[in-house]
Amino acid sequence: MGATSKIPHDAIDDPDLTQDPALPPVALDPRIHEAEEAHWTPVKVAIWVAIALLGGLSWVMLAVVRGETVNAIWFVFAAICTYLIGYRFYSNYIQKHLLRPDDRRATPAEYKADGKDYAATDRRVLFGHHFAAIAGAGPLVGPVLAAQMGYLPGTIWIIVGVVFAGAVQDYLVLFFSMRRGGRSLGQMARDELGRVGGTAALLATLTIMVIIVAILALVVVNALAESAWGVFSVGMTIPIALFMGCYLRFLRPGKVTEISIIGFVLLIAAIVGGGAISETTWGAALFTIDKVPLAIGIIVYGFIAAILPVWLLLAPRDYLSTFMKIGTIGMLAIAIIIVRPEILVPAVTEFASSGAGPVVSGTLFPFLFVTIACGALSGFHALIASGTTPKLIEKERQSRFIGYGGMLMESFVAIMALVAALSIDQGIYYAMNASPALTGGTVQGAAAFVNGLGLTGVSVTPELLTQTAINVGEESIVSRTGGAPTLSVGLANIMQQVAGGSGMMAFWYHFAIMFEALFILTAVDAGTRVARFMLQDSLGNIFPKFKDTGWRTGAWICTGIMVAAWGAVLVMGVTDPLGGINTLFPLFGIANQLLAAIALAVCMAIVAKRGLFKYIWIVALPLGFAAVVTITASILKIFSTVPSVGYFAQNAAFSNALAAGETSFGTATSVEAMEAVVRNTMVQGILSIVFVTLAVVVIFTALQATWNAWKTHASATSEDPAVPSRMFAPSGIMATPAEKATQALWDALPKTGKRKAREH
Amino acid sequence: MGVATAVRSAAAGLAWYVKGVMGEDAYDKYRAHHEAVHGTAAAVPVMTEREFWRDQTDRQDTNPQGRCC
Repeated sequence: MGATSKIPHDAIDDPDLTQDPALPPVALDPRIHEAEEAHWTPVKVAIWVAIALLGGLSWVMLAVVRGETVNAIWFVFAAICTYLIGYRFYSNYIQKHLLRPDDRRATPAEYKADGKDYAATDRRVLFGHHFAAIAGAGPLVGPVLAAQMGYLPGTIWIIVGVVFAGAVQDYLVLFFSMRRGGRSLGQMARDELGRVGGTAALLATLTIMVIIVAILALVVVNALAESAWGVFSVGMTIPIALFMGCYLRFLRPGKVTEISIIGFVLLIAAIVGGGAISETTWGAALFTIDKVPLAIGIIVYGFIAAILPVWLLLAPRDYLSTFMKIGTIGMLAIAIIIVRPEILVPAVTEFASSGAGPVVSGTLFPFLFVTIACGALSGFHALIASGTTPKLIEKERQSRFIGYGGMLMESFVAIMALVAALSIDQGIYYAMNASPALTGGTVQGAAAFVNGLGLTGVSVTPELLTQTAINVGEESIVSRTGGAPTLSVGLANIMQQVAGGSGMMAFWYHFAIMFEALFILTAVDAGTRVARFMLQDSLGNIFPKFKDTGWRTGAWICTGIMVAAWGAVLVMGVTDPLGGINTLFPLFGIANQLLAAIALAVCMAIVAKRGLFKYIWIVALPLGFAAVVTITASILKIFSTVPSVGYFAQNAAFSNALAAGETSFGTATSVEAMEAVVRNTMVQGILSIVFVTLAVVVIFTALQATWNAWKTHASATSEDPAVPSRMFAPSGIMATPAEKATQALWDALPKTGKRKAREH
Repeated sequence: MGVATAVRSAAAGLAWYVKGVMGEDAYDKYRAHHEAVHGTAAAVPVMTEREFWRDQTDRQDTNPQGRCC
């Protein structure tokens, strides 16, 4: 240790960062920040005591009291109070000891400013941007599936996990990328871990992207299959987006908010119109599509969408998706606070320990932690936090509000999704989420299955299932796996109590389906594009022509390869005789958490090279946890002898049955279905092996880099050289008194083209 | 009077925020940057609004941004 003194920004009078004396201060002395924080007025003390007490009370209500029912408001209070405390104290600790931002340094948005990709953006606006980029379907779907283990494990993991793992990862990656001119995670891995670690990280990212896109697409297919209303209204988003694209290109360039509002109105019209059309004979005939043709449709769509110019489809739909995302999440938060639904689910169900849950197989450890990935810890965020956001950030200290704070918001979305899923009747929940192999796809079969589970207080009648389906405007709600339909029923249930009554349930249900499908389709399209560029870049090392991204044929070949890869997994999922989601979703979670482990491993190597061994536990804690969880889950998926858990155990069971000449086995009723299981489990097993091997290589090289830094005491840095800043902006959501005073000096400057932060 | 002003400034603040998050202010930011660096003199030509938005989506074609799951 002792190397800490070598960190350049420790010295407050670093000559390299002497600021222009003609300007007001570009940064506050860190001692002023500390003095402001240490200044505990009675009001401040009272507020924080109140937050702590309310948070404590909420946790007691959730974890200790566990009455017959528990009110949803306790989830909201427990989450918000814990976030506030985590943000105020833990992220501050990380800022002070581990990251040590220096506002005298210009950020890439300032020293590389080009008015386009690198452009200083108001912190509050950037917070919205960053949140819209990281929030997707993941935090909505995972908690729904994990609800089968009871409300408590999921709640604890989402809230505690985000404070110590997810938000830490996002904050660190954002900060380190910002210090490196906005370099991507892949580039940072190569810089910090060398060729082997870097290549493994790149390969892992590419394969993880494929599996994530495939499973997101599977969620959409499951939500839309057999639903004429859903297919019509989600299908209409394509012509709406094309119209918006042309409007922005040819009619009124740049009028983004205006066209988003027009698009939103058209979207609502499509949802309302979908209801009418699905009731006509021709509409029902035309738009009721089976899973397999729907999957093929999405694959064809994915290919076309990824080769069309961005302005035509991706950019306009992205605007629409941002608009819907922020609006709907805000609306749901308000509705939950108004309605305050009672939760009937037990704190912990027997599935947590038996691992025999029908929704996803496996015991609480490790499978809860891979089922709820986004919302607690999401590796995918590392790809967003490196790259886009760091090029827009104004001041270094703002990375805490945007990186750590942005992830807390996503975690809150996950808590709301959990509440929505928990608020629906348990019998309906299991009937919707058990695979068709278990329910037979009929209301009678589903009722028999759910009532046969033997859970106390859980029962359902065929009539209730039929009535619920009618309420939400669907043919059937049995075995609508994937989480999205369940969440939509929950959301519809909550929203109809605020607006419209039960007559509006069908509208709200399809509104929610639309809301999820919209950003899943955007993620599919954007994911395919990003993966295509990564593939082109990698292939370019062997065939230089592929490096030329303007080369049409090359672009099409690489897009085709990526679409074929995720398309194959998607088709495998929709045709899987075992149910699809329940076998594939763990792979999604494992992939996402392995990516988080990779990102945290890169961060650990950077921290070690900065010589900050005293505080390295801040990174090592979530890294260790993510590594243990994902490696254990992978090993179980590979080696478990329980067929519902281990891919190869399942494979062997079906292979043996086939070899014995049997024509049906388990839930597979034909030889073809049995062969499909053998094939699918082999592919899934091999994917598990690939993921875990790549992640272990990355973690190992990171440990090696950490060890080397410890041994040699050398503090090396791959940061860009420090450039003195020429601007000022407050760091948190609200300016502190000292920041306001400095801001006033800047506002008083004569207008010389200096940027001026807006206050309102 | 006081209420009207407060409402107006709140609405302006909201409009500013929504435009910022949606990215509608991109051209204004580009113009401001261009003026700060090159001045108003036409030594380096500034893109028109239409050219700017075309350029922006065309740049995204070759540099795609991921969207999260």
